Amino acid sequence: MRNVRIGAGAGFSGDRIEPAVDLAARGDLDFLVFECLAERTIALAQLARLSDPAAGYDPLLERRMRAVLPVTAKTGTKILTNMGAANPVAAARRTADIAAGLGLTGLKIAAVTGDDVLSHIDDCVLDETGAPAHRLGERLVSANAYIGVAGLVEALALGADVVICGRASDPALFLAPLVHTFGWAMDDFERLGRGTLVGHLLECGAQVTGGYFADPGIKDVPDLAHIGFPLAEVAETGNATITKLPGTGGLVSRATATEQLLYEIHDPARYLQPDVVADFSGVRLDEVGPDRVAVSGGQGHAPTGAFKVSVGYRDGWLGEGQISYAGANAVARGRLAIDVVAARLKDLAGEITEERGALIGLDSVRPTFSRNAPGEVRMRYAARCASQDAAARVAEEVESLYLCGPMGGGGVSRTVREIVAIASTLISREHVRPAVQLFEVADAPA
Amino acid sequence: MRLHDIAHGRTGDKGEVSNISVIAYRAEDWPLIERDVTPERVARQLALGDNADVSIYRLPQLGALNIVLRGALKGGVTRSLALDPHGKCLAGILLEMELPPHR
Repeated sequence: MRNVRIGAGAGFSGDRIEPAVDLAARGDLDFLVFECLAERTIALAQLARLSDPAAGYDPLLERRMRAVLPVTAKTGTKILTNMGAANPVAAARRTADIAAGLGLTGLKIAAVTGDDVLSHIDDCVLDETGAPAHRLGERLVSANAYIGVAGLVEALALGADVVICGRASDPALFLAPLVHTFGWAMDDFERLGRGTLVGHLLECGAQVTGGYFADPGIKDVPDLAHIGFPLAEVAETGNATITKLPGTGGLVSRATATEQLLYEIHDPARYLQPDVVADFSGVRLDEVGPDRVAVSGGQGHAPTGAFKVSVGYRDGWLGEGQISYAGANAVARGRLAIDVVAARLKDLAGEITEERGALIGLDSVRPTFSRNAPGEVRMRYAARCASQDAAARVAEEVESLYLCGPMGGGGVSRTVREIVAIASTLISREHVRPAVQLFEVADAPA
Repeated sequence: MRLHDIAHGRTGDKGEVSNISVIAYRAEDWPLIERDVTPERVARQLALGDNADVSIYRLPQLGALNIVLRGALKGGVTRSLALDPHGKCLAGILLEMELPPHR
């Protein structure tokens, strides 16, 4: 059997679109995956859906589908994506409308549901708080399980050209087409582990082709402005080669692949996934040509039987203000500004759960003070508050430094937003029931 | 010598857990990294405090460490008040670590 060619068309919701279209047009791809859902995004999407039942899917869904569908419909490339977020069915309907408008009659679009487990998590204990989910009461917004390949594989078996889900584990979006094409058994844990490894290397898009890698003079990346998105050529054994299109910027090397291999994992021997516990501890990465890295040695073991769940809940309001100080004694003036805001906010003590003042350029990221005073600093004050009013006060106190604070502050910015926090818990797999709904594109209305 | 002279790395995050890879450019530097990048030095470099929960996993065939810092991102990305709530900048700070002189 020939290799399966899978491309990554996005590593996050805000990712560039044009490298994905290029990959679809020139990559000779069997599958193109758009991974667009972050921990926090799904809770925000759930909030959007609460106020509008037709909303709750990825804000860029429409632009992406318009750009890529005419190309993939021609090449026969199938699309898998989690752009359904909190509302895969609405996303699939919308995509079918877009396809109809583009004249792509006959295209089949599947919505995969089953990740929403809000009605089953009341007694689940949250990792972060140690309390059962029902204690959150009215504040509880969402609970989405990271589903595995089951629903996605079913959709592909039904002949779907586009598969849209909500919360699936990121590697599952890449593993599903491999399971579908090669007919891997769901207890062939070695292959499932290797397919997961391929997915993990591709899931962050350009992070394996030289994105998020450049360190000038030490780790130079050619033409970073026109970086190409990655694709994998996967063999039936699950071993693969990671590469990118000729003529695109970026690079694929042992170093870029190693950084991505270890990205956002804990124990490399136990990468917990819904369908497999993947084992990356013996992985080999070999440069086999320009921008070509061969990946082998992935392993896997039986999954734990529990699915990870992201629980979204309302957690107050964030108020934030910033102001800059420059020149002689700038650091001391910045410090005084922090002290002034802290003193002014004393009367809100009962409403503020946590607050933090820092000087950007001095100690806002770095945990220890820099020894050399910079020529300019930006004072930032942020607080988590119980109410929107209190959060607004935090921002106002920074703004009022214009006339009542230290000498020479400039360029105030302010932010007030609601916080939707995410906690994690586990749910037993019998509560997660994936289902598929298929939409076929009819002739466009005249 | 700084770690940055012989290694590269990237930070990732899951909830309150941060992980930082440290990868040798050259195989001959791997023993040095394996020996000198200890949980204690990592905790000190990142000012994590005395009770820091630091685990280090080794992948010698890749010349790479995966350093896992549990609880390092207080509140996690969704509720942290930090300017860099993902902790994405931590790899840069870790690579600034001075390595003890060769003996």
